[in-house]
Amino acid sequence: MSDAAIKLIGLKKSFGAVEAVAGIDLEIADGEFFSMLGPSGSGKTTVLRMIAGFELPTAGRVELSGRDVTRLAPFERDVNTVFQDYALFPHLSVIENVEYGLKVRKVPRRQRRERAEEALASVRLDGFGQRRPREMSGGQRQRVALARALVNRPKVLLLDEPLGALDLKLREQMQVELKQIQRDVGITFVFVTHDQDEALTMSDRVAVFDDGRVAQVGTPEEVYERPGTPFVAGFVGTSNLLTGEAARSVFGRDGAYAVRPEKLTLEVDGEAGVPGTVAEVIYAGPVTRFVVDLDAGARMTVVEQNRRTGTAALGEMRGKRVRLTWHEEHVISVKENADAA
Amino acid sequence: MTLSVWSRWALRAFMAVGLTFIYVPLLLVLVNSFNGDRTFAWPPHDWTTRWWSAAWDNSGARDALLTSVKAGLGATAIALILGTMVAFAVQRFKFFGRDTVSLLIVLPIALPGIVTGIALDSAWRSVIAPLGLGKGLFSVIVGHATFCVVTVYNNVLARLRRSGVNFEEASSDLGASSFQTFCYITFPLMRSALLAGGLLAFALSFDEIIVTTFTAGPGITTLPIWIFNNLFRPNQAPVVNVVAAALIVLSVIPVWLAQRLAGPEAGASRT
Repeated sequence: MSDAAIKLIGLKKSFGAVEAVAGIDLEIADGEFFSMLGPSGSGKTTVLRMIAGFELPTAGRVELSGRDVTRLAPFERDVNTVFQDYALFPHLSVIENVEYGLKVRKVPRRQRRERAEEALASVRLDGFGQRRPREMSGGQRQRVALARALVNRPKVLLLDEPLGALDLKLREQMQVELKQIQRDVGITFVFVTHDQDEALTMSDRVAVFDDGRVAQVGTPEEVYERPGTPFVAGFVGTSNLLTGEAARSVFGRDGAYAVRPEKLTLEVDGEAGVPGTVAEVIYAGPVTRFVVDLDAGARMTVVEQNRRTGTAALGEMRGKRVRLTWHEEHVISVKENADAA
Repeated sequence: MTLSVWSRWALRAFMAVGLTFIYVPLLLVLVNSFNGDRTFAWPPHDWTTRWWSAAWDNSGARDALLTSVKAGLGATAIALILGTMVAFAVQRFKFFGRDTVSLLIVLPIALPGIVTGIALDSAWRSVIAPLGLGKGLFSVIVGHATFCVVTVYNNVLARLRRSGVNFEEASSDLGASSFQTFCYITFPLMRSALLAGGLLAFALSFDEIIVTTFTAGPGITTLPIWIFNNLFRPNQAPVVNVVAAALIVLSVIPVWLAQRLAGPEAGASRT
């Protein structure tokens, strides 16, 4: 088997008494779009910074294509980073920013200008070369940062929450574009985000970070449909988690179980299903969320598409007695941790 | 904030009074340098430029100007090197006593000049002179540098705080060695701060008199000292006045430039 693009072995990082990364083993394949998903403070950015070479691990190794780079400086590694705040050099023009990596590697002027122009064109910014970064919008700066990294044709591109500063519309548009660019250039993308939608939409595989550790690695579908821990079930998408007494009463057995809101069906009449009362109705455009208090003592969220329902009918649902039904195969058994929510 | 009409007018009046007290005397010096009357009769009834040419031909004043420029350049050079180094150390690294170092660097500008002067004088006498280095221009430069460092330090520190380490990380990430990062990123981003700090340092040194008095060796006369020495000689009064007028102009320019340099880049240093 060929070497993985990135291999992290027993990676740890402490800042003083705080252990930011508590032992991580990961392999990221060549050409993969790999996301590191987790809440802030879960260590995902620190891992990214150790891959880039900005932080020295307290323990463990970082290998790029089979080569141990743990102690090498950032400029000795074949990776480039798109920073969260882009870090475009304010005193240089856009084209000078883009060709910076080529300039410091002593690529002849004509050639580097050509490649920088190409890179700008590939992010649809041709003709913007002479501007200053401060004269560009957030989305444009984001693309300049991308071009500045891609022009060096790195083996691996690291992206640290690159869409965080953009508004929703632009973010969704950039998600599609990033994915396209990744497919076109065929290099490994490591994408750090706290936004589960982003991670699920764009990635080949996702690693969910929890408190300095990787809670689960898998395809978006695996992580979403079969979360390994209550934390993953709760962080990736919304889940209805049933534990203890409620689980026993609903499923007739002990354990922790999760059911996704969209897998539940709300029945107004009928005998089948688990009884409860609608506590809240939240209309959200394409879907409506119903919060249902089960008689068994748990609160469940149900998401239904607004295919037929009109708003008038929805208002009357509050306080109504209902029954929840679902298919047995959609019940996720999650192993219960000490810190289960 | 919106003020009442009364307080708006009161504040305007205070400002007018304050600015008047500061600038009318300075204006008087400038006007009097063209006053034809040797005793500055007021209002001036004839105008002349002969005091300016007399001052220009005065070799004492010219030598003093040259000495002041040399002292200023020397002190500014030391301030630029030391101030930048300390600013980087304090902003980029954590070490024991960092805040103390920061305080110790800034303190000399608040210390009374006379204290700095006495301290440097006795230090020079008891420690440095026995080593074979008497007082001269160099001792003046060292004395000025003690407080000139502050202006450079403050300017560079403020710039470093604003720009952070992001740009250097980005540069390193793009393949630049530490030296390339310094040449292409760190230094260019610092340049206007260094210029502003340097200009202020030069302006501070240029009109310093107290520390100079204590640290100047025999035969070293800076422009302010020359003015002071000639101030009470009645027939020199017009020439002294011209020199003072020239000093005003020369001090205003670097400060004005420094302000302009520190201003516009502020918003631009972070993208």
